[in-house]
Amino acid sequence: MAERYQQQSALAHFGLSARATSDQNESECGVWLGEHAFRGQINLRGDPGKKTFMDAVAKVTGSRLPTKPNTSAGPDDPQAGPRALWLALGEWLVVTVPGAEEETARSLAEATADCGGTVTDVSDARTVIAMGGRHARDVLMKGCPLDLHPAAFEPGACAQSLLALATVILYRGADPSEADVSAFEIHVARSFADYLWTWLEDAADEYGVRIIEG
Amino acid sequence: MLLIPCPWCGPRDEIEFGCGGEAHIARPENPDELSDEAWADYLFNRANPKGPFAERWVHSHGCRRWFNVVRDTATNEILAVYEMGAPRPEIGSPPVLASPDESGTTSDGESL
Ligand SMILES: [Zn+2]
Repeated sequence: MAERYQQQSALAHFGLSARATSDQNESECGVWLGEHAFRGQINLRGDPGKKTFMDAVAKVTGSRLPTKPNTSAGPDDPQAGPRALWLALGEWLVVTVPGAEEETARSLAEATADCGGTVTDVSDARTVIAMGGRHARDVLMKGCPLDLHPAAFEPGACAQSLLALATVILYRGADPSEADVSAFEIHVARSFADYLWTWLEDAADEYGVRIIEG
Repeated sequence: MLLIPCPWCGPRDEIEFGCGGEAHIARPENPDELSDEAWADYLFNRANPKGPFAERWVHSHGCRRWFNVVRDTATNEILAVYEMGAPRPEIGSPPVLASPDESGTTSDGESL
């Protein structure tokens, strides 16, 4: 891995922080976009039917792994602790704040070594694009085949799918405020990040876009 | 566009999937003893029915798992979805979802 001071986010070349505004009251902006750079992301595999494995992971992350497809477990705010997204039968993505991935991965590997866990730090594979605002769902619906109706894709839901034909992991966070329904996090491969960001900004243009600090 | 019920993720759009062709074709146990014709038959010849057809699908952009589907090739109706390795189900009833867990149930006992 690169030294921390040498790390460049997948969208660094867009200079997003220079364009970011914190003015929440720009009412003409229906969509906000930002990058959560350097999120820790750990691929975890194991047997959900094995109590020792599930207990060992819960001890490290503080919450039990989700066994229901398309759901997540753990806090919405990564500052409060790791969050686990269901990826497939016996496979999860554990998401942490930047810099916490090495320690979390080491703890998970130690805790699950005796009960069949497989831990891989995949933080450098993907970046996370955050999107919200009252038209965020409309933007996603332009390029994603998932049923994103709020009743079908609830807060905490997650799914692997396609967005504008790029493979993504989509997570719906808690609603930031009453007016600002639906905040989404889009995990996308670094090599697709430039493409997807450009697509998102273009697709969101008609609703008014505000860039936020990641 | 097909709406394919992944046994794990639920109904998803066809573009998330890849099709792996006819299901239930076992590799011959003694390839050395086969005639060229029998080997070529295993490698290349596939059924092409008009009607129910068992085929393998993979949820490439989702959970990346393989499973079997019985699809009516004339109507595109999906008649059954079931696990790899499971026998082809009797057709004539509505789509049946196979048991999703390798161990039979999830840890909390609920079916997915
Ligand atoms: Zn699936």
